[in-house]
Amino acid sequence: MIEAVDVSTVNWARATFTLTAMYHWIFVPLTLGLSFLCAFFLTIYVRTQNPEWKRLTKFWMTLFAINFVIGVATGIIMEFEFGTHWANYSWMVGDIFGAPLAIEGIVAFFLEATFVAVMLFGWNRVSQRMHLFSTWMVAIGSNLSALWILVANGWMQNPVGMVFNPDTARFEMENLWAIISSPTAISHFAHATSSGFLLSSLFVIGISSFYLLKKRHQKFALRSIAVACVFGLFSSFFVAFTGDEHGYITATDQPMKLAAMEALYEGQTPSGLVAVGLMRPNIEPGSDVDPFYFKIEIPGMLSLLANRRLESFVPGINDLVYGNDEYNILSVEEKMRRGKIAVASLADYKQARNQDDEEAAVVALTGFDQHREFLGYGHLQSAAQAVPPVGITFYAFRVMVGLGTFFILLFLVYFYLMEKRQLENRPLILKIGFVSMFLAYIASQAGWIVTEVGRQPWAIQGLLPVHIATSNLDTTTVAISFFLFLAIFTVLLIAAVKIMTRQISIGPEGE
Amino acid sequence: MFGSLDWSTLQHLWWFIVSLVGSLFVFLTFVQGGQTLILTVPKGESEKNLMINSIGRKWELTFTTLVLFGGAFYASFPLFYATSFGGAFWVWLAILFTFIVQAVSYEYRRKPNNFLGQKTYEMFMVVNGSIGILLIGAAIGTFFTGSNFVLNEYNLSRWTHPLRGLEAAFSLFNVSFGIFLVFLARTLGALYLANNLKHDALVPRLKVASFNNLLCALPFLLYVLIRLVTMDGFAVNPQTGEIFIQSGKYLSNLLEFPLTLVLLLSGLVLVVTGVVLNRFTASVRGIWPAGLGTVLTCLSVFFLAGYNNTAFYPSKYDLASSLTIYNASSSHYTLTMMSYVALLVPFVVAYIIWVWRQMDMGKLTAEEIEADKKSY
Ligand code: HDD
Ligand code: HEM
Ligand code: HEM
Repeated sequence: MIEAVDVSTVNWARATFTLTAMYHWIFVPLTLGLSFLCAFFLTIYVRTQNPEWKRLTKFWMTLFAINFVIGVATGIIMEFEFGTHWANYSWMVGDIFGAPLAIEGIVAFFLEATFVAVMLFGWNRVSQRMHLFSTWMVAIGSNLSALWILVANGWMQNPVGMVFNPDTARFEMENLWAIISSPTAISHFAHATSSGFLLSSLFVIGISSFYLLKKRHQKFALRSIAVACVFGLFSSFFVAFTGDEHGYITATDQPMKLAAMEALYEGQTPSGLVAVGLMRPNIEPGSDVDPFYFKIEIPGMLSLLANRRLESFVPGINDLVYGNDEYNILSVEEKMRRGKIAVASLADYKQARNQDDEEAAVVALTGFDQHREFLGYGHLQSAAQAVPPVGITFYAFRVMVGLGTFFILLFLVYFYLMEKRQLENRPLILKIGFVSMFLAYIASQAGWIVTEVGRQPWAIQGLLPVHIATSNLDTTTVAISFFLFLAIFTVLLIAAVKIMTRQISIGPEGE
Repeated sequence: MFGSLDWSTLQHLWWFIVSLVGSLFVFLTFVQGGQTLILTVPKGESEKNLMINSIGRKWELTFTTLVLFGGAFYASFPLFYATSFGGAFWVWLAILFTFIVQAVSYEYRRKPNNFLGQKTYEMFMVVNGSIGILLIGAAIGTFFTGSNFVLNEYNLSRWTHPLRGLEAAFSLFNVSFGIFLVFLARTLGALYLANNLKHDALVPRLKVASFNNLLCALPFLLYVLIRLVTMDGFAVNPQTGEIFIQSGKYLSNLLEFPLTLVLLLSGLVLVVTGVVLNRFTASVRGIWPAGLGTVLTCLSVFFLAGYNNTAFYPSKYDLASSLTIYNASSSHYTLTMMSYVALLVPFVVAYIIWVWRQMDMGKLTAEEIEADKKSY
């Protein structure tokens, strides 16, 4: 269907997207959660009219603003990058993918953009109620933008509500509601936003703990912690709950990703969950080597998590690549064979249409229809290509879940010590709290690595492999764009961090 | 409601919506215009700060409108998105870079320990207001002068010029269009600031600046208009989809579709009225007629490019590959659904107006900026 794209071009385009997405995701989770925390702080101020709370609110809003603008700067690149770097993608699925992006602009970004100006500059310009309302709208608006973009991303993981149109050679939308209400999208949204709340709570706790350790602004710090602790505790439970739900959905929709997350090569009934393990590098699918040097396994746990039943089968990478008759799993080879028929029939159909040969067109279309669901596999070059990088997916998942569990404990400890009014006397805990702020960012990035690396080689799961999705660019052009983005974002990141650390060292007295 | 409209009507409706968002964006580039005015108008730091803080409260609005313009184009004419962004790669990246650096400039400009220094952030603003707008103008110019790309039978595009879009700058028409937009943005910026600020020395200078910048814009505008009505255009036969060159195409679009002509003329008159009011009377409210005029003028330009069976993104390299509102659009279903979503736009506009009426109740003064630790 398309001239083979140079592998290095795809990889540069992927690297560029990864770079921008990961930079964007440094700033976005803090926006998602800190906006709510600011709204909480401001509400307390409006209720109590205590000027200390006003100063506190202003301090966190300052940090919010510094973070927010660079989130916006990286966001615009994400949007246009679909056109610049993934042009074929944009045509082939733009009929579906463009909609959530446009809706996001209409319903979410304007909410944010309008009310953020009131939130930051409206203190004396509008009534107190209006100001409070605006602050809440910023929080709601930013989380609505998360909703729409995650609907878009969820659709890439689990494409529903559309059909391939052979005349335009693209996928076309059939049911918008199916796309919006897709369980994949909803669970993405629930997990990603709550992880943002969690991260922001740890951000507030981390900085406040730093003040407590330095014995500066103690009252201020304790007040901030009190609110962040409650918010964080709820969020951390919710993150674990929604993460589990997310894994369950992945088991159904993206079994290959799940197998990679668990480094499960041979499917078993029941399957155990590797809690800790060290993997051998470069295991080929189908080899007999044990993928682990060592591992600690919880028996049956994976079956329980993936299928909600202890005595159930979880397919491994080998089952998915080579097929498994017992469980009705087609091999990748077979899917590729059928996919190639679909690709060839589509070409025949085009040709027949060009020659106005109605009869041949009907024949070709019938051939195409029989195998259309394997169209994407027709573009794979080898069965091994269908396996995502296992090691990185496996470890990233362990990092995220491990930290997620640890954070729950941390919030419980903070909560307990705060109730006992002992927090300021526990330097060790405060130090751990400070470090956890950074760990939250690692967990959050790890989450996206699981999601996106585990999805390879698909841009659209099962339908569109990444090497078909790129723009028609040469490798040098894409590589240059990568380094330009790297340079500019790194400079801006340094600026943001320097400004923020200075504001933190000035402290709330400066407000 | 929308589902019963035929595909072609929806395509026309969506060209209108995209045109409207694009035209509103051009009006809102008063922010970018203001960013370049800091080079020429203010005398001293205090005046400059005042100007930057005034437009700084609106920068997100302009930025978000650009984002929405992109999103709406993507949803309604994805083939344009794929062909132009993936093809004219360097132009779009250059435009985007100027917006990336703009986004942080206001907030970081005067913050202590800001790494790059205040001058650099101000330079970012100027670059965004000049080069950024110039390139956007040149990109719009290619709607009329054409680009170098070819589509294969699966509608996947390939750009055929090694400069990847930068070659648009070789056309006098495109460049004139860009320069016109830069001066128009400066005119609007000066009008906006004159209305938003209270400052005895600065405001009169701004009133003069709006007039002078309009004078600078005029020759470029004239050239663009004369070329438009005399140049050959890219026409499409709606029955067969065949694209062909038609002499005087844009002139006949104006005549066959008089609404466009009315929009164009009334738009220009309104812009001039706004500026003249500001220059020669005590009024500072010229931004309103001029803003409306800008929107109407831009609408007519978009209409010229897309309506009346015209190819809005023509290919010089391969006529048959040219994009029209018919062959570049989303499916009937998607356009229908998006039309329902677009019903929300009036509500969005309403709350934006509501909020800014409250925020801008009192004019901005240098004293307020100096007293506010959070000011830009
Ligand atoms: C602070 C961040 C953070 C923390 C502590 C966790 N997560 Fe998470 N996780 C994310 C941040 C994140 C994320 C970055 O937000 C992801 C990436 C995509 C998404 O929707 O959320 C994600 C994705 C993600 C996925 C989806 C992978 C896929 O797409 O198939 C699963 C199954 C989990 N998480 C599971 C968990 C569990 C069981 C956790 C803890 C007990 C957990 N996560 C803690
Ligand atoms: C490919 C994916 C993405 C694209 C195309 C994208 C696009 C954008 C754009 C264009 C902006 C600037 C909007 C403005 O003008 O204010 C932005 C900001 C934002 N985006 Fe993204 N985004 C993506 C991923 C995400 C994800 C995954 C989330 C959340 C889960 C998210 C949440 C936000 C939020 C909250 C903002 C507000 C600004 C900030 O956080 O500092 N985005 N995004
Ligand atoms: C914001 C956090 C995100 C992060 C950290 C992230 C991370 C990544 C990574 C690591 C890859 C490359 C995987 C590989 O090549 O092995 C990737 C690719 C990609 N992601 Fe994401 N992603 C994020 C959000 C999104 C969102 C919200 C979307 C869509 C709306 C998206 C769409 C894509 C696309 C189109 C690619 C390129 C094609 C591909 O390699 O699959 N990403 N991303």
